[in-house]
Amino acid sequence: MKRESARDAGALAASVIAGERSALDVARSTLDSIEEASELNAFLSVEADAVLERARELDASLAAGTETPGALFGVPVALKANLCLKGRELTCGSQLLRGYRPPYTATVVQRLLDAGAIPIATTNMDEFAMGSSGENSSFGPTLNPWCTEYTPGGSSSGSAVAVSAGITPLALGSDTGGSVRQPAALCGVSGFKPTYGRVSRYGLVAFGSSLDQVSPFANNVRDLELISSVISGRDRMDSTSLDRAPIRSAAREDLKGLRVGIPAEAFGDGLDDGVRACVEAALEQVRSMGAESVPVSLPHSEHAVATYYVVATAEASSNLARFDGVRFGQREDGDGSLAGMMAATREAGFGDEVKRRILLGTHVLSSGYYEAWYGRAQRVRTLIRNDYERAFESCDLILCPTSPTPAFRLGERTADPVAMYLSDILTVPANLAGLPALSTPCGTVEISDSVQLPVGLQWIGPALADEELLAAARCFQAETDFHLATPPTRGEQAPA
Amino acid sequence: MSEVLSKTSGVAWTPVIGLEVHCQLATKSKLFCGCANEFGAAPNTHVCPVCSGQPGALPVMNARALELALSAALALDCDIAPWSKFDRKNYFYCDLPKGYQISQFDKPYCTGGGVELASGKRIHLTRIHLEDDAGKAIHDRGPHTFVDLNRAGIPLIESVTEPELASADEAFEYLTLLKEVFQYVGASDCDMEKGSLRCDVNISVRLPGEELRTKVELKNLNSFRNVKAAIDFEIQRQIEAWESGDESKYPVQETRLFDPNRGVTRTMRAKEDAHDYRYFPDPDLPVLRVDPAELEELRRALPELPAARRARYVAEFGLSEYDADVLAAEREVSDFFERAVVGTDQVKETANWITNELSAARNERGPDASLAELGVTPEGLAEMVALVAAGTLSKAAGRKVLAAMIETNKSAKVLVAELGLEQVQDTGQLEAWCREALVGQEQAIADLKDGKQKAIGALIGQVMKASGGKADPSKTREILMKLALGDG
Repeated sequence: MKRESARDAGALAASVIAGERSALDVARSTLDSIEEASELNAFLSVEADAVLERARELDASLAAGTETPGALFGVPVALKANLCLKGRELTCGSQLLRGYRPPYTATVVQRLLDAGAIPIATTNMDEFAMGSSGENSSFGPTLNPWCTEYTPGGSSSGSAVAVSAGITPLALGSDTGGSVRQPAALCGVSGFKPTYGRVSRYGLVAFGSSLDQVSPFANNVRDLELISSVISGRDRMDSTSLDRAPIRSAAREDLKGLRVGIPAEAFGDGLDDGVRACVEAALEQVRSMGAESVPVSLPHSEHAVATYYVVATAEASSNLARFDGVRFGQREDGDGSLAGMMAATREAGFGDEVKRRILLGTHVLSSGYYEAWYGRAQRVRTLIRNDYERAFESCDLILCPTSPTPAFRLGERTADPVAMYLSDILTVPANLAGLPALSTPCGTVEISDSVQLPVGLQWIGPALADEELLAAARCFQAETDFHLATPPTRGEQAPA
Repeated sequence: MSEVLSKTSGVAWTPVIGLEVHCQLATKSKLFCGCANEFGAAPNTHVCPVCSGQPGALPVMNARALELALSAALALDCDIAPWSKFDRKNYFYCDLPKGYQISQFDKPYCTGGGVELASGKRIHLTRIHLEDDAGKAIHDRGPHTFVDLNRAGIPLIESVTEPELASADEAFEYLTLLKEVFQYVGASDCDMEKGSLRCDVNISVRLPGEELRTKVELKNLNSFRNVKAAIDFEIQRQIEAWESGDESKYPVQETRLFDPNRGVTRTMRAKEDAHDYRYFPDPDLPVLRVDPAELEELRRALPELPAARRARYVAEFGLSEYDADVLAAEREVSDFFERAVVGTDQVKETANWITNELSAARNERGPDASLAELGVTPEGLAEMVALVAAGTLSKAAGRKVLAAMIETNKSAKVLVAELGLEQVQDTGQLEAWCREALVGQEQAIADLKDGKQKAIGALIGQVMKASGGKADPSKTREILMKLALGDG
């Protein structure tokens, strides 16, 4: 399969259903592409036999004509290595889970299967989704296809790269503080975090449960709408799942009359000049398409990162307690006692960043510190949510950069956790407030003669306005071609 | 009563005791998944991704568990919170698959309520909360620890009393009453042997009028008897420790295990090892709201409770306190009794048949047997009791019939005919047997004529023998007297 033909999921499904290509052919060429792009280190568990078997079944069912083919029939989808598929290895990027094969399938993955998709492989990620560059994977960093000396962002690094490099037209990631939108921006693809509760978390290995949302990557918003319609909707296995119909494509032809809120707080000092220029040009484009821009204020934004790292680490410290060596994954015997085995397993199995966050989270929940940290963070979270509610009284959606900078170099921020945490400054508020948000490409920044790095435009909507948000971004892409830009073919890349 | 005299000094000390009772709810499935809530299955057969703590699995609340928990709370007159929430209690142990227990910390589903002891003293509940049970770690099978997760996720309610109990006897009585209420409303079978009821004790002693002294927690109390024994031991241990005058021997805040073989408590965990459970709201579960209409529905559906039944049995049926107590203690027995006495004046007799013959037959089948298993319906028992009352059956024959009813599940009337146990009332036949019995009994006849009634017993015995036990004894007596006193 030519890379370029892998960039449109809707068209690919149509061609398989029409019999122009077999699912087996698609599966084979996708596996080949994974192999060819192995230097990007975007994939973790590739189990070709199971994939080919799945493709053959799809072809057989199409030939039998017994069932109406689903919306993603024959479409390969890359899955972040924290989404369960029964019987397939799932590591979450951690040594601790090496060899773990979940005994059940995540709701979103089951819905992909029901729609005829081919779960092609698991993708590389920051260990347990903790990171903003992909460098915290215990299986090595993922490389940015726009320039392999740069990170693709994270934590859904491999999923972003799978789509950016044209290996799969669709991928799923998880977005806890920007882990889909930020790598989407840094890799020049579209990534969408739905309203909290619209997509089931059942079978997504939890990081920050009140923030996590399964979120798709695609090359364009139409494909985001397509896959969102498949994976979203009420799931009785997830008590936080909302009783809402699946996300459907909303009718909208243009941006006329749309009130776009511009938060001054997102355009402050820390913003890279190149990013600022791209985003401001995009805002001008939006206005030229008939939208009206209004200034909005999000006064508590400055506390978002601190609040996020208290809430997310608190939840993570509890969520990761089950990785104790008793039931699954790797085990170290330690001194032979139960406590010794658990400590040795976790010491050997978790990487530094995971340990750092478990320690932070344990601290903020500790007796005597709870109120000052976790209690206060929850109150600030409410203030941040209120900021957005107030802002949406005067606008239909908010536009701002997705990331304050384009992709950064491998190793550039690994020594400074706080600098790394600030990568999320523009994305965490939507998670804290539970709002739908997406990132779409809005140009590139020239780093050197031969290196261009993509910039992402972030769209944030009111709760449950997923459809309207996607429709507006779709209209933007109909009038622009930023989303059509692809990374240079490897081999043509010069060092930066 | 609330004071205990020191065995060594004779000084009066006051024990201060609070109980924490964990009770498994009698749901079909676990609290947060669909696995069966069933005791005794092969290890790790009632296990799924949720209750085995697989990565990514999420809890979904079992609505029936809340109903049972609410019924228990209503029966204990607790204040039901309009909303409550679940919190995670974090700690590591091999039988805790998620690394945390889902419990309720600062917003339990109910507070207050209590039970009244026979003395009239009311034991107040601080709260009851919902939580999921841990699995079971098995340490006594060789060098390895085994883990059985069948129990993991079974719904529990934990009832916590105020520190108001003053003796082992009060603790015992409180537990008995609590168990009765939980069983009555169908919340739990409260079977300590299966671990569906577990009790921890918080206990300290003080001199009258004093502030509270250091409290100790007692665990591993797997029967009401052990609760009593452990409390009695611990009261004396603490008194002796305080009276030793040696500060190093004073009671410390700790958890102690009861050793039922030796009847003593010993240190399990000192306070320095106490966990910081880092409770925080479980983000996987929404706030638990109680619908007022559904609560009203549950309130209406509550059965009459044992205390009310006891009072009614004494007042309405004229039963003794003892009989009322025995009948009302178990819902099944009590319900059986009430159905069996509909439309009869044989209330006392019916009560006796139930508390004696039926209970004995049930006990023979083992500790878990139910009355229903015996196959005798309340109406069936009533029929048998009526036959005895009418004189159709002797009491002895009644016992035989009841035994046969249990064995064959046939009706009393059918069995009376089949077994030929019907009393002979036919005067001609009775007279024939009586005349036969009087042959050669001139001395007895003379005694009877002299008004010496003693002789009649042996004569009735003769008739009974001749009739194979079927002669109606009172009619037989009548005829014998007539014959002896008449032309004789």
